[in-house]
Amino acid sequence: MRTSNWWVHLLLIAASAIAVFPVLWILATSFKPRAEVFSTELSIVPHTFTWDNYVHVLTRADGVFLQWMANSFLVALLTALVALSLSTTAAYAMSRFRFAGKRAISFSFFLTQMFPGALLIVPLYRIVNALGLLNSYLGLVLAYATVAVPFCVMMLKNYFDTIPYELEEAARVDGLSHFGAFCRIVLPLSLPGIAVTGFFAFITAWNEFLIALTFMSEQRMYTLPIGLQQFVNQFNSDWHYMAAGAIIVTLPVLIVFLLAQRYLITGLSSGGTKG
Amino acid sequence: MTIRSNKWIAWLFLTPVLVVMALLVFYPLVQGIIYSFTDMNQYNMGSKFAPPSWTFVGLDNYVDLFASIFKPDSVFRDVIVQTLVWTFVNVFFHFVIGLGLALLLNRNIKGRGIYRMLLMVPWAVPSFVSAFSWTWMYNQTYGLFNIVLQKLGFAPIPWLSDSFWAMVSVIMVNVWVGVPFMMITLLGGLQSIPPSLYEAARVDGASPWSQFWNITLPLLRPVAATATVLGVIWTFNMFTIIFLVTRGGPVRSTEILVTYAYREAFMNWNFGMAATYGVVIFSFLLAFTVLYRRLIKANSGEGVYY
Repeated sequence: MRTSNWWVHLLLIAASAIAVFPVLWILATSFKPRAEVFSTELSIVPHTFTWDNYVHVLTRADGVFLQWMANSFLVALLTALVALSLSTTAAYAMSRFRFAGKRAISFSFFLTQMFPGALLIVPLYRIVNALGLLNSYLGLVLAYATVAVPFCVMMLKNYFDTIPYELEEAARVDGLSHFGAFCRIVLPLSLPGIAVTGFFAFITAWNEFLIALTFMSEQRMYTLPIGLQQFVNQFNSDWHYMAAGAIIVTLPVLIVFLLAQRYLITGLSSGGTKG
Repeated sequence: MTIRSNKWIAWLFLTPVLVVMALLVFYPLVQGIIYSFTDMNQYNMGSKFAPPSWTFVGLDNYVDLFASIFKPDSVFRDVIVQTLVWTFVNVFFHFVIGLGLALLLNRNIKGRGIYRMLLMVPWAVPSFVSAFSWTWMYNQTYGLFNIVLQKLGFAPIPWLSDSFWAMVSVIMVNVWVGVPFMMITLLGGLQSIPPSLYEAARVDGASPWSQFWNITLPLLRPVAATATVLGVIWTFNMFTIIFLVTRGGPVRSTEILVTYAYREAFMNWNFGMAATYGVVIFSFLLAFTVLYRRLIKANSGEGVYY
C-alpha cells in the first residue's frame, strides 16, 4: 500500500493548501501597512511588516474592541454553562433509559436543526423584547440556548453511550442511587466529552451572527462578529483593521478546535449516524 | 444496551430540557406559524406606547406568495429557484469533494493526521471571518483573484457585481466552508467498514473499482444519507455567508429564502410575511427529510438513525 502513492500526497497537499489559504491570506493582510493592502501589486508575504493594525484595533480610543471581545466571551461562556447544565441529565436519560416517547423526543431534537432562523427570530425577538432583554447578554444567551441545548444533548448522549453500563451496575450493587451513580461514575468518566461539548456550545455562540445582529442595537453591546462589520461598511473600508480583528477572533478558537478535533469526531461520527 | 425501564427517573432527568425547549423553541415556533396568518409589521406589533393592533388575514400571505409565482417579475419564484440551485450545487460539491478526500485520508499514508487537521481548518474558522476573507479576495480592484488574473494576462472578473459571478462566488465560499464536515463524517463511515470484507473481495479477485462499487458505497450509505440530510438543511438555512458576501445582490440575484425572509422581517419590517417565508422553508425541509428517509429505507431496507 505504501508504494507509489505520490499522487495521493499531491492531491492532499493541494486540497490542504486551498483549505488554509484564505486564513493565511488574512493573516498576511493583517501585517501589511494600509498602502500595501490597497495596492494592485501582488504581495503574498508583506513587503513591509507592521503590527500597527493590531495596535490600532486593540487600542481604538474608545476601547470598544476590547468591550466587544468581553461581550462575546461572556455570552459564549454563559451559553456553554447554561446548555451543559441543562443537557447533561437529559443526555444521560436518553443514553441509559428506555421509555415511551424516546424516539419522539430524539426526533424533535433533530427537528430543531431544521427550524430556519427566519421562523424563530421574530417570535424570539418579541419574547425577549417583552422580557425587557433586548440589547442584553441574557437575551442573547436565551436565544442561543435554542440551538445549543439540543445539540449538546445529542453530542453528550453519544459520549455517555461509550461508558459501559456494567460500571454503574456495580456501583448500584454497592448501594449508590441512580443519581449517585450518575454523579460519581458517569460524570467523572465523561469529563473530556463534556468539556468538548461545552467548547462547541461556546463557539456556536462566539461565531453567531444573525441573532446578535438583530438583538444588539447599542454599539457598546455588540459581539465581535457584529462589531467587526464596523470596519468595512458603506462608510468605511478598513480591510487592514478588519483583517487584524478577524485574526484576533479566529486564532483562539482555531487552536482549541484543532486540538479538540479528535473528540469532536468521536461525538459527531456516532452522533451523525445514530444520535 | 439501554437497560433500565424506570420511567419516572428518565422523565425527571429530561424535564429541565423539555421545559426550556418548550418555552424557547416550540412556543416561538407556534407563534411564528401564527404570525404567518397575520399582517404584523413594525407599526402594529405593539410597543410600550401602543397596544398591538395587527389582525388575522387568514391565508392572504400564502396566497400572495404563491399567486406571485405566475407573474413575470416574481421575486418569490426567483428566490426559490436560486435557493434550489444554491442548495443542490453546494451539497453536490460538498459530497463529491468530501468523499474524494475521505477516500484519500482513509489510505495508509504518512502525515495523515496533519492533512486531516489542515483540511479541517475551514470548519474551525468562524463563518463571518471566512465570508470576510473571501469577500476581500473577490475585491474588484485590490482582490487577490483579479490581481492574479491580470498578471496572467486575463481580464478581471466582476466577482460580486455580476449576477452570475456573484452566485458562483458565494457558492465557492460555501463549498469551501462545508467540505470538512462531509469529509470527516464520511471518513468515520469508511473507517467503520470491516477490512476483512476487502480482503475477502481481493481473494475473490475483485478490482479496486468493483470493491468501491460493491463494498464501500453500499456500506457507506447510512452515514452518507444522514450527512446529506444535514448538509441540505444547513445549506438551505445558510444565512451568514450570503448576507456578508453579497447581501443577496446584485439586484437580489443571490438572495435565497432565508436571506429574503430576513430582509422581509428586519428591513421591510413585514413580520407576517417573514413568518410565512419561515413556514415555507420549514415545510420544505420537513418534506425533504421525510421523503429522503423513505427513499433510503426503501432502497436499503435499513433506517437512517437520528
